[in-house]
Amino acid sequence: MGKSKTNPKGLELKKKMRLARQNWALYLMLFPAVVMIVIFCYVPMYGIQIAFRDFNFAGGILGSKWVGLKWFRYLFNSAQFWPIVRNTLVISFYSLLTFPIPIVFALILHNINSTRFKRITQTITYLPHFISVVVVVGMIYTFTSYNSGWINTLIEALGGQRINFMAEPDLYVHIYIWTGVWQEVGWGAIIYMAALTNSDPELHEAAMIDGANKLQRIIHVDLPAIASTVLIMLVLRCGSIMSVGFDKSFLMQNNLNLSVSEVISTYSYKMGLQNSKYSFSTAVSLFNNVINFTFLTVVNSITRKLSGSGLW
Amino acid sequence: MHKRRRFRNRPLGDRILDIFLYAVAIFAIVLSIYPVYFVLVASVSSSTAVNSGHFLLWPEGFHLSGYQFVLENKKILTGYYNTVLYTLAGTALGLAFCIPAGYALSRRDLPARNLIMKLMIFTMYFSGGLIPTYFVAKDLNLVNSRWSVILMGCVSVYNIILIRSFCESSLSEELLNATKIDGCGNGRFFFRFVIPLSKAIIAVIALYVAVGYWNSYYHAMIYLSDDTKYPLQLILRQLLMTSNNTAEIQDGELAGEYLKQVQVVKYAVIVVATAPIMCVYPFLQKYFVQGVMIGSVKG
Repeated sequence: MGKSKTNPKGLELKKKMRLARQNWALYLMLFPAVVMIVIFCYVPMYGIQIAFRDFNFAGGILGSKWVGLKWFRYLFNSAQFWPIVRNTLVISFYSLLTFPIPIVFALILHNINSTRFKRITQTITYLPHFISVVVVVGMIYTFTSYNSGWINTLIEALGGQRINFMAEPDLYVHIYIWTGVWQEVGWGAIIYMAALTNSDPELHEAAMIDGANKLQRIIHVDLPAIASTVLIMLVLRCGSIMSVGFDKSFLMQNNLNLSVSEVISTYSYKMGLQNSKYSFSTAVSLFNNVINFTFLTVVNSITRKLSGSGLW
Repeated sequence: MHKRRRFRNRPLGDRILDIFLYAVAIFAIVLSIYPVYFVLVASVSSSTAVNSGHFLLWPEGFHLSGYQFVLENKKILTGYYNTVLYTLAGTALGLAFCIPAGYALSRRDLPARNLIMKLMIFTMYFSGGLIPTYFVAKDLNLVNSRWSVILMGCVSVYNIILIRSFCESSLSEELLNATKIDGCGNGRFFFRFVIPLSKAIIAVIALYVAVGYWNSYYHAMIYLSDDTKYPLQLILRQLLMTSNNTAEIQDGELAGEYLKQVQVVKYAVIVVATAPIMCVYPFLQKYFVQGVMIGSVKG
């Protein structure tokens, strides 16, 4: 028994080695991408240890003094810690609330009878997705400008008061989230549209014969058809709950809204490259990374238990 | 269901719903297009109209002074040149690295493919972070080099997974085996069959990568210090953001002429920077669905 167990394994290994030799060209194809990933993803992971050291250039990574959890204690005790975590969470959860919007939009588009109108709507609503963050934020600033923004002209024409949008901390999150929705609704709907075209037309016909009206068919036929896609997208979204993108936050920040706009990623950047606190900055990003990774793993295992399928 | 029934013959509830659906779609169209349309219109309007914040439905006057400023401004032109360079080089490298890798990983007879795949996916969810990555770039002499912008972000694990899933689902093993018998090696099979058969996915990925390079400012901001190497988005950032904190406008070349018609120039720059992508994406639209669908099949 023992012998026959080891023998196939040895054979298996031999077979694999032969396959690997035969397919050397495939490894050659993998080589450039793997090298890039090792250099730009795995080598930096080795550098994470500076979060546990007092980094100085003279000593380099290994020569700097080991200080254990000093920088993490420093982070948790700093006055900045709770505000940035809170800002990050507020933005994440708020944007999670907008998660259903592309789904609703897809359901609406899918049920428009004219194929041509549907296609035109899609093309046009993809447009904002392709505009760069720099331009979007530039547009926000100029459109909402107190003196020369057309939004303020419009508000005044309708009898309202001019608002200095970008100087109001209370408005910051709303502007951040809803301009994001504006950019991504059409694009985000693609995946649900695709899932909807795969839904069974016979179910629709059966429901129609049973006298279901269009709204009932949307709720009872269309919605179940995309349920699994929705679930997967939700897991993906939950996994990045603590990662509010650097790009947009950084551009939208100004001195007046910093109390609500500083998030973990921008804080880590400022500490690291602007204030040269290398070890502290690395500790901040490591903290963020670990939370995200843990969250994703937990959410994924829950969905696997519930539905039998997860990301991995 | 596919037979279109006359509007009048359908139940009242359905008709109301239809009107609602069209109304939402039209609302979405207006909302998506108006800001972009406004920028286009404002870029050719008179600076007085734009500065006073008129709500524009059509151009007020017709002036090309904004565009003239753009064309005469060395910084913007250099930025444009840099962006084109980074986009072309980055996309070419990205495709050259990711397509072969994705194909190789799609081959079930490749030993250790699952291990390699897992190690790649791990990097999507865990990274070294800014500072360690910066130190690596520094050790490689990439800081303030154009290569930093080109190399960072040219290999995306997500794109590799897209290509792998596409190859797994659309290239049959019979084809491979048949060509193998005819003495076709892996390399030749890749160039003769894989590339021609994956044109659709290559188009989508080329668009993703190119748009990514065209629109990003992050890597350039982190790694470049020499402003002759800045891509357009960084120049745009200076132009669009600085007048909000006016103190920062001390750039000699930009200041004088610029302050007179800040707004119009801003809009002209936005048009110039955004137009190339706006012209390309509608033609690739039919591939989006395919690309996104393949992407949703988990890695």
